[in-house]
Amino acid sequence: MKKTVIDLLLLENKQLNKDNFLLKLQSPVPVFDIFPGQFVNVEIKDAQEIFLRRPFSVLDVDYQNQTISLLVKILGRGSKKLTEAKPGVQISTILPLGKSFTLPEKDDHILLIGGGSGVAPMLFLAKLCGLDPENVHVLIGARSISDHIDIEEYKPFGKFYFTTEDGSLGEKGYVTNHPAFTNNLNRFTKIYTCGPDLMMKAIGRIALDKQIFCEVSLENMMACGFGVCLCCVEDTKDGHKCVCTDGPVFNVNDLKW
Amino acid sequence: MVNLGVKIHDLDFKNPIMLASGTCGFGEEIADFMDLSRLGGMVVKGTTLKHREGNAYPRMAETPSGMLNAVGLQNKGVDNFIANIYPRIKDINTHIIVNVNGSTIEDYVALTERLNELDKIPAIELNISCPNVKEGGMAFGISCPSAEAVVKAVRRVYSKTLIVKLSPNVTNIADIARAVESQGADSVSLINTLLGMAVNAETRKPVLSTITGGLSGPAIKPIALRMVWQVYNAVKIPVMGMGGIMNATDAIEFMIAGASTVQVGTAIFIDPTIPVQIVDGLSSYMERHKIQSVSELIGSLQC
Repeated sequence: MKKTVIDLLLLENKQLNKDNFLLKLQSPVPVFDIFPGQFVNVEIKDAQEIFLRRPFSVLDVDYQNQTISLLVKILGRGSKKLTEAKPGVQISTILPLGKSFTLPEKDDHILLIGGGSGVAPMLFLAKLCGLDPENVHVLIGARSISDHIDIEEYKPFGKFYFTTEDGSLGEKGYVTNHPAFTNNLNRFTKIYTCGPDLMMKAIGRIALDKQIFCEVSLENMMACGFGVCLCCVEDTKDGHKCVCTDGPVFNVNDLKW
Repeated sequence: MVNLGVKIHDLDFKNPIMLASGTCGFGEEIADFMDLSRLGGMVVKGTTLKHREGNAYPRMAETPSGMLNAVGLQNKGVDNFIANIYPRIKDINTHIIVNVNGSTIEDYVALTERLNELDKIPAIELNISCPNVKEGGMAFGISCPSAEAVVKAVRRVYSKTLIVKLSPNVTNIADIARAVESQGADSVSLINTLLGMAVNAETRKPVLSTITGGLSGPAIKPIALRMVWQVYNAVKIPVMGMGGIMNATDAIEFMIAGASTVQVGTAIFIDPTIPVQIVDGLSSYMERHKIQSVSELIGSLQC
């Protein structure tokens, strides 16, 4: 679908845990061709000192009901204000923005690794990829069980593994310490990841070393979201690239990692 | 039907609403959002003779009612513009103006000579006010002798409409405007961004990789309005006003203060449909106030 500035109706604003909220928004027109990894730039109304929109990755799209779900983590004043929005209000958005993850092919065996709010596009990809759930492995890392979000609805789409830094859920430690990652990583034909930079770098370097296809989703600070301000650049092997339009998804081969 | 047409030098603009350089790419990036042919003109991304990677990330900081940027004229150079971009955009039915940058007078001249060959580029905007490059840029725009020198050299090789973009980071912007007028500039556009800075209190580090950057957005609007008014009163050539224009009322205020055309910049980041909304808003304002021609509005400030 064409990039559009559009008001969406907030249907639901559900607190998932201390810092994470799920916002379900309804579009007045059909939504189509929105894929995992793409994002929405959201206007934050009536907030002091908030001037720019805030980008959020798409968690889910219901094409039939024309709804888009966003996972919003409170990171600062902008995201906090958005999580205070009440159902029934109109929220101005620009969508769909950015390039999506490369969708897997039917015989791929994929590993999806999400950290923090980076789980959003991973869950969307697990749901949308259409692979046999046996071939979809989803590894989710969080600081603690209290930072973890309920993924019950996505369980049918893959095999799920968890790590927390304090061991309160799943394996204790980082995603890169989990057996799903450390044991025979070469069984995967594609690795996708979204989350903190350090986590993605650790995963990306190992994938590079083992020559496994790996895509990461970057979160550089941006002003516009559609490639005109040139603020969100990543220094790639091919020079500065806009994370908003050349990304946010990049193949690790193209990055200077 | 109101007449929105305005003339800058010998160039007729269908309306006074333009897109500011560095905020609209080459037009293509925002073509999904609006019909570019509804605009008076667009000033495409700052171009240099050679490819520039621009400054390191981070290049942006949000500020109260605005933002700082430190992009540093990232662009692929004039050869790429002529070979790849120009053929794709040249038939857009609006005035396409190229923002011209250099580190030396020779750079400005060489770049201008290249652009002079392009039929569908009726004007250039000589940028002597970029605050984010180490060499050249703003250095040319903050003293009268250097501003005169670069305009004089470019004027000699350029016969089409020559607009000079002025820096607000000066003691007296009217003096600079007079200086560039004296060397044959056909118009001045102002203001470029104001030099600013952001600090992260937690890390005690600057937010921008370059430490300082250019401030834009509604935060600078009162300063921009004041400078447009001062320059309008100081020169005979038409003024293009910009600085924090977010809606039609802002644009009209600039025209009342003396701007013949206005450029919309940072607002595009918030909502890329704003420029076209401003065209419509200007029409309805004129109808409401029974103003036949937009020229009646320009410099109509009643003191």
